[in-house]
Amino acid sequence: MKKSEIDYGRRKFLKVSYIAGCALLADIYFPGCSSKTENKNRRDNLCAPDAWIKIGSDNTVTVIVNHSEMGQGITTAFPMIVAEELEADWSKIRFEIAPAAEIYKNPAFNYQMTGGSTSVRTSFNILRNAGATLRELMIAAAAKTWNAAVSECRAENSRVFHRAGKRSLTYGELIDKAANLPLPKNIPLKKPAEFKIIGKRMPRLDTLEKVYGSAVFGTDVKMPGLLTATVVHPPVFGTKLKRFNSGKTRALPGVRDVVVINEGIAVVADTFWQARQGMEALEVEWTKSSGENPDSEKISQRWAKLANKEGKTIYKIGDVDKFFKKNNNIIRSIYELPYQAHATPSPMNCTAQVRDNRCDIWGPTQNQDAVQEVASKITGLDYASINVYTTFVGGGFGRRISADYAAEAVQISKKVKAPVKVIWTREEDMQHDFYRPASYNVMQAVLNHKGLPVAWMHRIVGADHLAQRLPERIPLKMPYKTPRLLRNLTEYLSGKLVSPVMAGMHAKEGAVPLPYNIDNVRLNFVNDDPGIPLGPWRSVSHSANAFIVECFIDEIAALTGRDPYELRYELLSHDPHMRNVLELAARKSGWGKPLPDGIHRGISFHEYHKTILCFVAEVSVSRTGKIKVHRVVCAIDCGIVINPKIIEVQMESAVAFGLTATLKSAITIRKGRVKQANFDDFPILRMNEMPKVEVHLVKSTNPPTGIGEAGVPLIAPAVANAVSSAAGKRIRKLPINLN
Amino acid sequence: MLTLRVNGKVHHVDVDPDTPLLWVLNEQLGLMGTKYSCGIGECGACTVYVDGENTLSCITPAGDVEGMEITTIEGLKGPVADAIRQAWIEEDVPQCGYCQPGQIMAAAALLNSNPNPNDDDIDAAMSDILCRCGTYQAIRRGIHCAAKRYNHEKK
Repeated sequence: MKKSEIDYGRRKFLKVSYIAGCALLADIYFPGCSSKTENKNRRDNLCAPDAWIKIGSDNTVTVIVNHSEMGQGITTAFPMIVAEELEADWSKIRFEIAPAAEIYKNPAFNYQMTGGSTSVRTSFNILRNAGATLRELMIAAAAKTWNAAVSECRAENSRVFHRAGKRSLTYGELIDKAANLPLPKNIPLKKPAEFKIIGKRMPRLDTLEKVYGSAVFGTDVKMPGLLTATVVHPPVFGTKLKRFNSGKTRALPGVRDVVVINEGIAVVADTFWQARQGMEALEVEWTKSSGENPDSEKISQRWAKLANKEGKTIYKIGDVDKFFKKNNNIIRSIYELPYQAHATPSPMNCTAQVRDNRCDIWGPTQNQDAVQEVASKITGLDYASINVYTTFVGGGFGRRISADYAAEAVQISKKVKAPVKVIWTREEDMQHDFYRPASYNVMQAVLNHKGLPVAWMHRIVGADHLAQRLPERIPLKMPYKTPRLLRNLTEYLSGKLVSPVMAGMHAKEGAVPLPYNIDNVRLNFVNDDPGIPLGPWRSVSHSANAFIVECFIDEIAALTGRDPYELRYELLSHDPHMRNVLELAARKSGWGKPLPDGIHRGISFHEYHKTILCFVAEVSVSRTGKIKVHRVVCAIDCGIVINPKIIEVQMESAVAFGLTATLKSAITIRKGRVKQANFDDFPILRMNEMPKVEVHLVKSTNPPTGIGEAGVPLIAPAVANAVSSAAGKRIRKLPINLN
Repeated sequence: MLTLRVNGKVHHVDVDPDTPLLWVLNEQLGLMGTKYSCGIGECGACTVYVDGENTLSCITPAGDVEGMEITTIEGLKGPVADAIRQAWIEEDVPQCGYCQPGQIMAAAALLNSNPNPNDDDIDAAMSDILCRCGTYQAIRRGIHCAAKRYNHEKK
């Protein structure tokens, strides 16, 4: 192996670049190579807009993206937003993934994390302001050079022109002059009608390296002396390592060490394959679990009993009880959802190098601050001595918001005193995920004489993922300089005090508030956590709740003989924006028009953090019960559209991701462990199963919302509703199984 | 010591011949484009050519392909490869991009054997390469676009 180079693969073109208003920095911050002082300077000197944009003397504009690129196109969307106001030459635009730094915290969470479709919605104005400020600074620098009035100068294509048009200077030529000028303030931003880049189908900036195989993902990190480790975790949840014999493992060629870590046991070798062979040779005994092992079937039976309990009221409008006591026109159904794995294409992996006074971490994380926090806990170093370099992410979907794999890399590197890359096997990845919660749901509605729901009751039985994960998240919200003791205390107290109170607060997301005009709504939560690790799964609780709500709405329509579209239309009379999206999907899908024999339509409508969507799926069911989805029409109102092409493929992506959970795969627990282990028993949607997806966007000048997760909640109910119509029986359980 | 011919170069590597080709490419030869995802030949992210045939490198012992001509994403060249890459760029096919080396290898193999594939041909050739991001329709568009481009340039 060629170990003489650190091949991070990131751009190396940057020369001395201007950091407006702060300092000039030599800006190849080469991961792992920058000294501690340089790194400290970098953090201390970053201030807006310079934290977001760098202009090189070669006239390149580099946009610093403080979100991880995991396919959602953020390394194109952010540069587009900046280029718009900066009047930048698109051919000279580059991007760089931000290091972990306080200024890059996501305002939606107050820690640096990519998730919740928050990137564009939280950064739109920050980036526009940064671009506009730098543009005006360039204009001021040119005006000064020419001794002309600022009003006589204008910027276009990374160049400032003097009014007469005879003189011009590139931004790159202006950076030295600009360095000595004060930052202009209160620059007015463009109106949507003036946009030249925003709203266009601009090409992605990350495609080229991805088609040549040179894009650097976590597993591609190389450096001198790098060892590779793989980890085995206790197969049964809640158990631990009891004893092990590593004699056979240590005798194998290439094996360097066998290391006990908090999460299990790691084999460290020169290469992954040697580590994996070593893992197989390991004789390990795990502790027995103290109580009864969780089991999917038993969990479901227990939850069915618990569903008779009242639970905690999490959300309430109107007076539901009054209607349920008085009426007998009640419709009641049970909906069940299984655990779901993220199944990211790249299994969990991370590289760390722990030294006496610093810790460097390279990896595909969605949560840089969580990585810093686990590294700080393990090494005792403060945040200033920990550096996180985010690679391309080989699928995130929420899995990489947890930093468990980073904690392992740090522990192992600390123990073996060398840089270590941890790569999990697919089997470990599948069986040690933080799963989308399973849930058992009782849905009830009271219908009025017109057949419209007037009271709605949703009872969720299960566990709340955020109640589980919250203790580790709250310390991330604290300033970097917060002492370790205070962080640990916060985590401890969050676990004791906040988690129990929080249970249900997140599980309700996507279930309430309903988009529909129903005056009396209550959501109860019966908290029962079987101890399966839970986490956010693309669109989080919405993925389950939209299925339940939208199928139940269809049940009401079927019961009352209404058209499912018409019922929704009626229930959305209060909101013209929502009605508009519903109508758009109906029109484009030809709702109500005849279909070829055997094809059935299903509709779903949902709001995901202010993104309004409606899907219509066309589905057929074979005699043997095989389901085929032919076409999905998506209508979306996500405010100002940054890049329509990216939105279209994000909808394709949501459909594909959601269809695996709708039709093919689930995680089941048997005797305390995950039954599935790889793509043979957790099959992923294949090309021949992928429907045509058509996307229709509502023109809007409202602030942009989010898109990366927003489509996922809608595909299961649209398909389930179509299957219910095709098969003549209601679908209330996922994945759909007609046999 | 194994002798492997990869992308036109001869390499002598000191490795257990049972080591899957994938890991020899990644770890001994530093060719990182070929990806590990399942390790059991289920997903196709590790697709390379061995003597021109699509081969799942995660389940192919390196010793079995000694002396044979191995091509990885880094060594994929020629007019078909150019047409595929150009089409992938035009259509912006990749999302996270992790499976794309496998997708591109399979797509180029398809176009080499069938310069005018229809949708069924594409399904047959591409359905073994999994994409969790769901770039399937983009891949379909990309293959049609590449076929058009390639056939046009041939004329």
